[in-house]
Amino acid sequence: MAFKPVKDGGRGGRTRFTRRAAVAAVGVAALLTAGACGSSDDSSGGGSGSSKVEVFTWWADGGEKAGLDGLVKQFGTDCAGQTFENGAVAGGAGANAKSVLASRLQQGDPPDTFQAHAGAELQDYINAGQIEDLSADYDSWGLKQAFPQGLIDNLTVEGKIYSVPANIHRANVVWTNKKVLAEAGITKDPTDLAGFIADLDKVKAKGIKAPLAVGKDWTQLMLFESVLITDLGPDKFTGLWTGATDWNDAGVTKAINDFKQLLTYTNTDRDALDWTDAEKLVMDGKAAYQLMGDWEAADLDAKKFTDYAWFTFPGNGDTFQWLADSFVLPKGAKNPEGTKCWLKTVGSAAGQKAFNTTKGSIPARTDATPGDYPKYQQAAMADWKSFKQVPSCAHGSACSQGWQGAANSALGKFSTNQDVAELQKAMATAASEFVKK
Amino acid sequence: MRRLRHWGPGLLLLSPSLILLAVFVYGLIAWTTKVSVSDEHNALGSKGFVGLDNYTKLFTNDINDRFTHSLRNLLIFTVVFLAGAMFFGLLWAFILERGVRAEGFFRTVYLFPMAVSFVASGVVWRWLMNPNTGDNAGGLNSVLGGLGLDFLQNTWWTNPDWGMAAMAIPAIWQLSGYVMALFLAGFRGIPQELREAAAMDGASTYRLYRNVIFPQLTPVALSALIIIGHMSMKMFDLIMSVSGPQWLTEVPAIYVWQTLLTSDYAKAAAISIILLLLVAVVIVPYLIYTNRQEKNA
Repeated sequence: MAFKPVKDGGRGGRTRFTRRAAVAAVGVAALLTAGACGSSDDSSGGGSGSSKVEVFTWWADGGEKAGLDGLVKQFGTDCAGQTFENGAVAGGAGANAKSVLASRLQQGDPPDTFQAHAGAELQDYINAGQIEDLSADYDSWGLKQAFPQGLIDNLTVEGKIYSVPANIHRANVVWTNKKVLAEAGITKDPTDLAGFIADLDKVKAKGIKAPLAVGKDWTQLMLFESVLITDLGPDKFTGLWTGATDWNDAGVTKAINDFKQLLTYTNTDRDALDWTDAEKLVMDGKAAYQLMGDWEAADLDAKKFTDYAWFTFPGNGDTFQWLADSFVLPKGAKNPEGTKCWLKTVGSAAGQKAFNTTKGSIPARTDATPGDYPKYQQAAMADWKSFKQVPSCAHGSACSQGWQGAANSALGKFSTNQDVAELQKAMATAASEFVKK
Repeated sequence: MRRLRHWGPGLLLLSPSLILLAVFVYGLIAWTTKVSVSDEHNALGSKGFVGLDNYTKLFTNDINDRFTHSLRNLLIFTVVFLAGAMFFGLLWAFILERGVRAEGFFRTVYLFPMAVSFVASGVVWRWLMNPNTGDNAGGLNSVLGGLGLDFLQNTWWTNPDWGMAAMAIPAIWQLSGYVMALFLAGFRGIPQELREAAAMDGASTYRLYRNVIFPQLTPVALSALIIIGHMSMKMFDLIMSVSGPQWLTEVPAIYVWQTLLTSDYAKAAAISIILLLLVAVVIVPYLIYTNRQEKNA
């Protein structure tokens, strides 16, 4: 094809509009349609000095950065002779970091350790043989005694453990506006769904149209998971993500119907809100309840809102739905010795304290001193010791990233059309596609 | 030989941009195509060639038919957006062409939204079209309520039946001025003799526009359609920042982004290539048409 010379293809309203200009403008526009995405890869090259440990995270600011700094300080004390190298990639809620990480792993240039959600989200790396088995180290570091058994079970993949969790967050907590509840004459926390619905009705009778605040897809997935725990019990619930429980189970149908009933108490603009928007409805007294992970406590404190209380989602009994950030040892790390020392620090009592007191989460260890932590965290730590641990799909401890995407889109659709059978079928299809074969 | 000599200097001058184009446009398209026929997920690297699996899966086995649904959304968005932008663009241009006072002022007002970034206007429209009605109505709904036009209040993009059409409203607001500018240039390009000749033949104003002026605008209208049409097909930032419900307002470009977040590169690449082909289907016939026009001219 010959390149025709084209006159100035100005695209403003002021140039004389000729057919040629139109062709040029459209031609240029067409060329810009490439659907390719490049990922910038700035590997920190070399790093062959065997005393450097490059720690790859997306903790670049806020409480997370402060937590990381605390860990680094502890690492300096525990691992003399090793130097910490910050490989943080900021932005995109970890999305940017993940794409950089993927390309580095492919090129056989892994960082010495990287951050990943503990649990099922590690599955892809395990399948690809990109991370090392840490079971032996768990024994020598005494982590199997320090972590609760439920967490050890959730972390174990075919008899092996691949990551060390740095912190624990809890997902199945309902946050309340105390003032609104007092006005509605509610004095006791509900313990089952029927009681919760009765309370929601009481608040509604006070003229609050949407007593239960929710946001878009993943926040609805969290609410749905809590209802599933209530209706199926913790063991059958965990089975949904391992393939042991069938999604076509009648218990799941009941849970979807219960979830549908709960949605009638929620704000109609739910699909347009993020979790902080829903949180604001509770703060403003336009709603009484919100189900959210316990980072909400830190957020409410930061926003100087003190009039809140919390309880475990009604009917969850003594179930603690957890999610965690963890660190791994990639295959081919340049400094495995130093990395192991880093992982040991992450799992140690002092390291977990340094990290969690600033981040607003709780330590995975059961032997931490509660006095070091704020009020909510103390309560959560007591529950962590004695409760039954189950994982969360919305936050990657129960299911892989692809599964999360499928579940979120299924719930988004359900929010619109309320078709119970269709949601159950979509979730069953997703399970058959993503569950570990 | 002589022809080659004739081409040499030109190619030499063009070579930097040709090389850049080859690498950064066509090279990346080729690379994306390669990824789309592999099974590249997360950090796994490619296990090799899987043929058109990623493509067939999108159409037959995507959970919730998410992909076909996003195409449907895109179609609704594009149709409403094109119809709206073309209608208002032509209307503004027509009014200005007929001659009004303070023409410059109006032209600026109509064109101004073009200067606002999609992200900024998306955020503002997100508030304007907040679906709340009644006590805590969003921007547009409270204005309508204040005017006593309650029946016009709407849940906008959370409306399951036509939420996607509501999504086109900000796009129309933003780009009808651009279409107006194109049409104005088209009006200006029509030789005065034609109008005079029509007047001599005693054509009414209606006949003048219907049979003389509008037919002359066909190439401009086509260009405008193509330009904003392909913008619409790749629309990402505006819809992303209005950030309506994912299920209701997801278009393929956003689906690509969401898929990348789950590190499913092969699937994301397949969606990108389908999108590229869709845009090509729109643009190529237009290029053929205009090339033919050029030859005949």
